[in-house]
Amino acid sequence: MKTPLSWLKDFVDLEGINLEELAHTLTVAGLEVEEIHYIGLPMPSGLQQTKVSGLSWDPEKLVVAEIRDVGPHPNADRLVLCRLYDGQQEHTVLTGAPNLFEYRGQGELKPPLKVAYAKEGAEIYDGHQDGMHKTVLKRTKIRGVDSYSMVCSAKELGISEEHEGIIFLPADTKAGTPLADVLGDAVLTIAITPNIARDANIYGVAREISALTGRKLKPMPTAVKAAGPSIKGKVRIDIQDKELNPRFVLGLIKDVEIKPSPAWVQQRLRLAGMRPINNIVDATNYAMLELGEPLHAFDYDVLVQRAGGKAPTIITRPAKQGETITTLDGVERKLDDFTVLVCDTAGSLSIGGIMGGLESEVTENTRNVLLEGASWNFINVRKTLVAQRMSSEAAYRFSRGVHPAMAPRGVSRGLELMRQWAGGVVNEGLVDKYPKPAKDLQIEISSADARRWLGVALTNKQIGDILKKLGFTIATQGKSLLVTVPDHRMDIETGVVGKADLMEEVARIYGYDNIPATRLADPLPPQHGNPPLELEERVKDLLARMGIQEVMTYRLTSPEEEARRLPPGTPPDDKPYVKLANVISQERTVLRKSLLASVLEIAERNARQRQRIALFEVGPVFHSSEETLPDELQRLVVVLGGQQQPAGWQAGDAAAYDFYAAKGVVAELLAGLGLHGLKYEPGAHPSFHPGKCARVVVGERQLAVFGELHPQVHSQYDLGSHTLQAITLNLDVLGELVPERFDSRPVPQYPPVIEDLALVVDESLPAGQVEAMIAQTGGNLLAGVALFDVFRGDKIGAGKKSLAYQLTYQHPERTLTDDEVAKLRDRIVRRITQELGAQLRA
Amino acid sequence: MENLQAIREQALAALNAVQDEVALEQWKVAQLGRNAALTQAMKNLGQLSAEERPLAGKQANEVKLALEAAFEEKRAALEGARLRASLSSEKLDVTLPGRSLALGRLHPITQTLRRINAIFAQMGFQVYRSRDVETDEYNFLLLNFPPNHPAREMQDSFYVEGGAPDNPTLLRTHTSAGQIHAMREYAAKDPKNPPPIRIVLPGMCYRFEQVSARSEVQFTQVEGLAVGENITFGDLKGTLTDFAQRFFNANVRTRFRASHFPFTEPSAEMDVECFVCGGAGCSVCKHSGWLEILGSGMVHPNVLRNGGYDPEKYSGFAFGMGPERLTMLRYRIEDIRYFWRNDMRFLEQF
Ligand SMILES: [Zn+2]
Repeated sequence: MKTPLSWLKDFVDLEGINLEELAHTLTVAGLEVEEIHYIGLPMPSGLQQTKVSGLSWDPEKLVVAEIRDVGPHPNADRLVLCRLYDGQQEHTVLTGAPNLFEYRGQGELKPPLKVAYAKEGAEIYDGHQDGMHKTVLKRTKIRGVDSYSMVCSAKELGISEEHEGIIFLPADTKAGTPLADVLGDAVLTIAITPNIARDANIYGVAREISALTGRKLKPMPTAVKAAGPSIKGKVRIDIQDKELNPRFVLGLIKDVEIKPSPAWVQQRLRLAGMRPINNIVDATNYAMLELGEPLHAFDYDVLVQRAGGKAPTIITRPAKQGETITTLDGVERKLDDFTVLVCDTAGSLSIGGIMGGLESEVTENTRNVLLEGASWNFINVRKTLVAQRMSSEAAYRFSRGVHPAMAPRGVSRGLELMRQWAGGVVNEGLVDKYPKPAKDLQIEISSADARRWLGVALTNKQIGDILKKLGFTIATQGKSLLVTVPDHRMDIETGVVGKADLMEEVARIYGYDNIPATRLADPLPPQHGNPPLELEERVKDLLARMGIQEVMTYRLTSPEEEARRLPPGTPPDDKPYVKLANVISQERTVLRKSLLASVLEIAERNARQRQRIALFEVGPVFHSSEETLPDELQRLVVVLGGQQQPAGWQAGDAAAYDFYAAKGVVAELLAGLGLHGLKYEPGAHPSFHPGKCARVVVGERQLAVFGELHPQVHSQYDLGSHTLQAITLNLDVLGELVPERFDSRPVPQYPPVIEDLALVVDESLPAGQVEAMIAQTGGNLLAGVALFDVFRGDKIGAGKKSLAYQLTYQHPERTLTDDEVAKLRDRIVRRITQELGAQLRA
Repeated sequence: MENLQAIREQALAALNAVQDEVALEQWKVAQLGRNAALTQAMKNLGQLSAEERPLAGKQANEVKLALEAAFEEKRAALEGARLRASLSSEKLDVTLPGRSLALGRLHPITQTLRRINAIFAQMGFQVYRSRDVETDEYNFLLLNFPPNHPAREMQDSFYVEGGAPDNPTLLRTHTSAGQIHAMREYAAKDPKNPPPIRIVLPGMCYRFEQVSARSEVQFTQVEGLAVGENITFGDLKGTLTDFAQRFFNANVRTRFRASHFPFTEPSAEMDVECFVCGGAGCSVCKHSGWLEILGSGMVHPNVLRNGGYDPEKYSGFAFGMGPERLTMLRYRIEDIRYFWRNDMRFLEQF
């Protein structure tokens, strides 16, 4: 909300206040000042705790001047020449301001027009450029006339973005006065969070400033001078649903003269971000900005006419589903039954709390004004705003809740402003229907609450004093305070919630800075760690130690993107996607089902500039389920391709990641987690090469699948020359397998016997089977079996392969004799030759 | 006897002239070998009288030891010189790059999450994780966001197809959704007298927002929750200040500003003094000297009650922070989209 400093000064004395400090005080108390916009006042330099914008006007270069006459320009119809006095001398100034044209050729103006005059070298905003850009006024020639100064528009002074004419100053300002002394101001832009909706008005902010600084708050301006007869009998109110419209208030002013508002009113409205329209509309807006109660002005005579010459009846009721109304903005709107209409006996007039209709609006010909102030159910206002895609200053306030007590105050204020600015006579009294009066809320609190919630020792008196500053009424009740909530607030509840609400107020005003920081002294809860997370962290560490980079990817994707992980024509699986109901981008329409697809996308992104791809991700995939919420399953995916070690300038080992490198990663990962001897078997998975795919199965459950990417999958990604290996692992299964602990083995004290064993076996015999049999036969004394060579060739014969193992024999308690080793070797060889048809290779 | 002194001086002079190991060997043969003057002199000792012999023998031996020592010294000097010469010829260009190794790194967000979790772990906060896909009830309603509440406007959600109309399914907009799960889980252990809670809740969250350098459709968040019988706003300030001083630096100042979140009351934003400029003002802190770090507050009584904790007896605080923002500030990263794009040229920097 834009809050002009000058307006605040109407309600709280700000004499000598430092604006930066004020902004900071408001910000830490929850009224975040987003920006201070300076209108001519001196600006601070150096550290800016609050963002600053605007201009500081040089008192020599921006002054009040009086235009003494307006003459035609010799060469241009759309320009005029003003003879102007700046307090020292006369100048001739050229301008295209359309609001001066009416004075052209009138000779000496009596009284002269007071304007904002900028001299050469003055810093102003460029009026001719879109947006707000600062510029320094320079001497030029326009249409042959020397120009070194100008009369300013609101935009050029940074008051608003309006640049349709120059602004006029009050008639009693003196030429030569520095402009900053007349118009100088500053506007605080305050972010209004939902809990401080009560402060979306000048008086509300002034109240907060008063509470925070101790400066005295002036009473709310609600007095109205009503010289006319009573409003009684001039209008009736019929509220059909008091839940939706708890209060409706009307006031009447007669014989107004519609014209522009006084210059200072226009200035304030502009600074607050509203456009001046005419004195009646401006009065409704001004009262709303000042007190927070939105008002609506009807042309009373139109209503009387619609009522057939009788006193009109204002009816509020929910719209019928599909009912239409044409609002002020010229849009015909089809309404829902949650929207509330203000009607008369002839039909609908406006959407309650949001926007008026065309027919009964105030026009230039209006003489008598019926002024509405009401209270609306904020939820219905919100729903209507969403359904109608509307917004207005009134709706902004009503949709956050305005207390019904504000309605008569707003109407009185509006009537008084109309009387002052438009003349006319206010009818005495208001018509006030209040079928659902708000209850007075009371909350009991004490210093114990402050200790318990805030950890600060405050006396009941201190608490009471703080709350009084915000308008609460305090009574002592035994050892507690009985606090009555003021009738401008709707954010305070009763009971324990009310206590929390009040503690927030106490803390804000007492100052968060003044509450001492303490360490938790409450008992520490039982500590039990997070085993799944700890496993994930171990997995991540192990993989990183193997030189593999972690990635984190989007969990939102599209079925088309994920389809690339499968060869074309793969039949769909039976797990439907978790689909988004509201899609922001066609690339992100579902939650991912495949972590492999996510990591392959990243491999693709990096493939072009990398000779080495080694990536992993740990994260969830999402499967629809019979339950309300989908299954979220933790997975690991590793993708490997290119060289195992990065290339350097030295010729060296440039081995590429192949199937066995991927298997090595799987084996080391599992070994690192204390899992040994798991069974690898050929696997089948559509993403993988059918001949180069393995899986790790434990009992019934598949722990991991890995292998070379299927060539048809590979070709669906832009991966360059890399052949990719991928590993997918189910972390939920892994979690069940990883042992909590294991027994270590002692380091042998006696020398081992190491010897090689080369075997020739059928090509089709899996090497794993050979190794398993060697290990099993060797028993406890065989400490290690390591395959170190696989050889095929003419010497071996077709359909055969040679497997060379290094065997380590080891006795824990003594040195093995040659004889013992020979026996053991013989037993191993006998068994594998007999049972696996292996031949010992010489 | 004069003869022995002469032999010694002559031999040492000759040794002085030796320049290399070959000459040294020749010197050894000449001065200490079978035909050397000294050897001859020692052989001739037998010709001396029994009275003269012991003294002459002793002197001859001294000369021999002296020559041998001089030889050793010279040999060591020559060997040292040869080694130096050889080492100086083996000089490498140490400016050539080292052999590249594949260093596996953790994603910067994982690193930040671990730091956050570790700091809070030392204060007794344990990690509690919950689902990405939530119901409106857990993400909003039980956290004191009534339907049509203005605060809901600040959080645009992704909804999932097929949810219940009165309780839609959505992607969580904050990890606060886990607060209720955690409280209910703890409270179930002893509903009459629920145990205290101290947890952090890290996780992925989602917002229906256009992706830009400043905002993403998904982001990580770490929520924290402490519930007990004696937890105050002062504890909130102390705990979060301790965190900031561990995470940034030991002397960093913090500032708490009143704010609004539906699930806490009072609510506070915590700023830390800008660690780039030390509070003097710079582009990172937009010349304010302060950086916004996290939101926090005392758990709202309705939220405590929804979690199974009686707000008349229990109190607590909660906070939430964005690891991406913390990481961006720490490393001055300009574009939030870097995190999920996973370009190796970015990831390799951490
Ligand atoms: Zn800074």
